[in-house]
Amino acid sequence: MSIAASVSGYLYRKPRLRLGMLLSAPLLWLGLAYLGALAALFVTAFWHTDTFTGQVVTEWSLDNFATLVSDEVYRTITLRTLGIAVAVTVVDAVIAFPMAFYMAKFASPRAQRILVIAVMTPLWASYLVKAYSWRVMLSGNGLVGWLFGATPGYGLAATIITLSYLWLPYMILPIYAGLDRLPNSLVEASGDLGARSWRTFRSVVLPLTFPAIVAGSIFTFSLTLGDYITVKIVGGANQMLGNVVYDNIGAANNLPFAATVATVPVVIMLVYLFVVRRTGALDNL
Amino acid sequence: MRNSRTLRLIAGLMCAGTAVAACGTSSTSSSSGGGQGFTPPKLEAMSQLGQPEGALNILAWPGYAENGSNDPAVDWVTPFEQATGCKVNVKTFGTSDEAVSLMKTGQYDVISASGDASLRLIAAGDVEPVNTSLVPNYADVYDFLKNKPWNSVHNTAYGVPHGWGANVLTYRTDQVSPAPTSWSVMFDPNSPFKGKVIAYDSPIYIADAALYLMKTKPELGIKNPYALDDKQFQASVDLLKQQRPLVSEYWSDYLKESQALKNGDAVVGTAWQVTVNLTQSEGAPLESTLPTEGATGWSDTWMVSAKSPHKTCAYKWMDHIISPEANAKVAEYFGEAPANPKACSLTADAKHCETYHAGDSAYASQIWYWTTPITQCIDGRTDVQCKDYGEWTRAWTEIKG
Repeated sequence: MSIAASVSGYLYRKPRLRLGMLLSAPLLWLGLAYLGALAALFVTAFWHTDTFTGQVVTEWSLDNFATLVSDEVYRTITLRTLGIAVAVTVVDAVIAFPMAFYMAKFASPRAQRILVIAVMTPLWASYLVKAYSWRVMLSGNGLVGWLFGATPGYGLAATIITLSYLWLPYMILPIYAGLDRLPNSLVEASGDLGARSWRTFRSVVLPLTFPAIVAGSIFTFSLTLGDYITVKIVGGANQMLGNVVYDNIGAANNLPFAATVATVPVVIMLVYLFVVRRTGALDNL
Repeated sequence: MRNSRTLRLIAGLMCAGTAVAACGTSSTSSSSGGGQGFTPPKLEAMSQLGQPEGALNILAWPGYAENGSNDPAVDWVTPFEQATGCKVNVKTFGTSDEAVSLMKTGQYDVISASGDASLRLIAAGDVEPVNTSLVPNYADVYDFLKNKPWNSVHNTAYGVPHGWGANVLTYRTDQVSPAPTSWSVMFDPNSPFKGKVIAYDSPIYIADAALYLMKTKPELGIKNPYALDDKQFQASVDLLKQQRPLVSEYWSDYLKESQALKNGDAVVGTAWQVTVNLTQSEGAPLESTLPTEGATGWSDTWMVSAKSPHKTCAYKWMDHIISPEANAKVAEYFGEAPANPKACSLTADAKHCETYHAGDSAYASQIWYWTTPITQCIDGRTDVQCKDYGEWTRAWTEIKG
């Protein structure tokens, strides 16, 4: 009997060992590299740095969190970031729904495939190229000004436009998947019972696809919360949470405070996920 | 200081898990004694050169280590590689703060540090003293650039002076007239260029506000824009908060600034001469000026990393970069005064050194060179505490809002 055969025979008799070996690599990855790094981040948040030499001092204190809560500027930045995230999510949902609706319910199977690819193509291009193209388009003598006679210029509006553009595919695809699963018979039944199209949409389509919209919003929301590049490119003088994190590492070399600030989006997302858990949105991911 | 075993274990895990470089040993360097308010870690300079190691990792300001990839005509790295066999890797940084963080990774052998970074690098033990007798071209460097507070500690040289210049006021000639002569176009709340002002994105920019207040509000008694007590600091921060609505953007990437000035999204701002030159070469009607209040500026020093495995190459590079030929090319490309007087006869524009007041120590003393603010006031006051760089950084986030 060859070694391979004896090993496989041994493993066959020990199902637990088999399972353990199969799962050890992903568990190690999840446990150590992923959650471990995250845990280390939170530990760092309780340390501080020597302001002159920039070295991390490993003394426990809550000072960083106290600064985060007491300084008005961080509240302003958190609220601004939240506002942008909500606006981007709403803009994306409003644009994505009709698009996904057409794709799922009206387009021919062939057109459906082409449209899905068309929605995905922007994801294959570099984030930076797309953001900088918006910088050029929104500039004083750029395409937007030329087409519409005015441009919002660099600022919060430009940030919302650019981020909405960047994350739109992440909203369209979950809604499309949700609508695709919605049986046509339900829509027809609603019509047979005398409901007009708006009523059908409001009472049948929307409630059944709401979890899909929420699933898409998790993407647009969390991606916006963590972004700092777009706002640096088109945001004018504004800053978001990501910039505070970046500045504290890149400029101030204050890793502990950066870690403290980084907990804010994590907490916001945890609260958000807790709230949307009941809609069944997580089953749609 | 509680430094239990578990804590160290967690710290170790953090280093392993996040691969972050900033987690060295947590030696809190005492900041007492010494003429400059701190005692640097004890490190020895090289006593003699060895064989070039064949590689060199350079951390430089954009424009300081050009290898022809931006412009085939602009190249002083390739001749160095051919002469010494040291294969050069260049990483550029946008702000001194970024440079300090990058230097902590220990991946770079030499750095072109400005005065607001050099003291921090010295204090943290990231750079070591330089044996200037191993740098033959050092003898030629202007004396007024040697052993300055930003490139030496207690008369020990920590690097080789490279060049200096001012953070100039730049403006679009087609939109800003008459030509401005004061920083007030950037600070006056009634400035006609509201929303078209572009300012530097770094805590050290607070010094620009302090410099302006030094001349416009003498009652504050600011003697040095890098030595600010509570009241002076607050006044500077307030001035910048008041400037915030005027600002269209804060720049740290000089190419982004160049683009904004070229497209007219910004018409007036603080810039380096290299940005002005670059933008002019692309056809934008741009001029720069040194306002009546004076300006902040930089005096840069090439320093050697304490952890460098390529120290012979590093010394060869320092000698090369302040050689008359290379120093002339850098100074002209970047738009600054060279450190080596012999460079002046080699610039393409014969009047370059005159334009930039290269040998003019009186002019040089008018510029307030970036210096790291520390709690000991560097203007000599002993009765008050000054704001240190940590406070400057926190205030900067607050200013941007």
